[in-house]
Amino acid sequence: MTTFTPVSALLGGLLIGTAASLLLWIDGRIAGVSGILGGLLPPTRGGAVWRALFLGGVVAGAALFYALHGHAPQARAGFPGTLLIVGGLLVGLGTGLARGCTSGHGVCGLARLSPRSLAATVTFLLVAIATTYAVRHIVQIAG
Amino acid sequence: MNWHAASEKAAALGAGLVFGVGLALAQMTDPRKVLGFLDITGRWDPSLALVLGGAVGLSLLTFHYILRLPRPLLGERFDLPASRRVLEPKLLIGSTLFGIGWGISGYCPGPALAQLAAPNAETWLFLPALIAGSVIARGINRD
Repeated sequence: MTTFTPVSALLGGLLIGTAASLLLWIDGRIAGVSGILGGLLPPTRGGAVWRALFLGGVVAGAALFYALHGHAPQARAGFPGTLLIVGGLLVGLGTGLARGCTSGHGVCGLARLSPRSLAATVTFLLVAIATTYAVRHIVQIAG
Repeated sequence: MNWHAASEKAAALGAGLVFGVGLALAQMTDPRKVLGFLDITGRWDPSLALVLGGAVGLSLLTFHYILRLPRPLLGERFDLPASRRVLEPKLLIGSTLFGIGWGISGYCPGPALAQLAAPNAETWLFLPALIAGSVIARGINRD
């Protein structure tokens, strides 16, 4: 169970929007994590450095926040490893096929008013809500 | 490397940093928080709506002006997705698979990557699977 944290949620969202705006304004790139990561698998000539720097920045930014704020999320006790492995495979495969994830379609795509991104975002949000319901309330796996 | 190319890469790092701080501050890196949002019939935590709302709201405003510029500040051109087809099977199937993976695990690609800032047991199951799934998707997309 988690509680509603409106201030940190809104500030965090504004920072994500700021980052997406900076990358588009300065470099002309879309801040979509799955696309930026996918472009490194394997690395393409010319595009590898900025991708690695952006992703390294994401990790460093989170590290900076934890260093100042104190606690990073711990692993969930008793959460099935199978769900993490299957979940990871599906997230990688799905975002690769759809060419975008929460950041690429959900933030940048919606901000560009892209119909494709709207279709993708509505789809993955509704499916994720239905899946969470099934896992928690039908199969009843806590997490 | 000249000043121009170096600045372009520094901007990618800087944008990534801001993105990572935003993810951690918003607690997107905690799958409990994410599933607390997706589980609308449980004790619903609406925080993530504000994360997405803040990120999309700000980006809607900035992208409107940025995309009217003739070119980005340092990049050669705006590197935007070319495809405009909405009802494309891969977009909808991919987004569905992503939604299932997100719903069973609580991780989407950005937060999963940001976990490397303070990895726990979940990170080492989810992240390699995410990379494997992305590689498979790239193989399918190439055909």
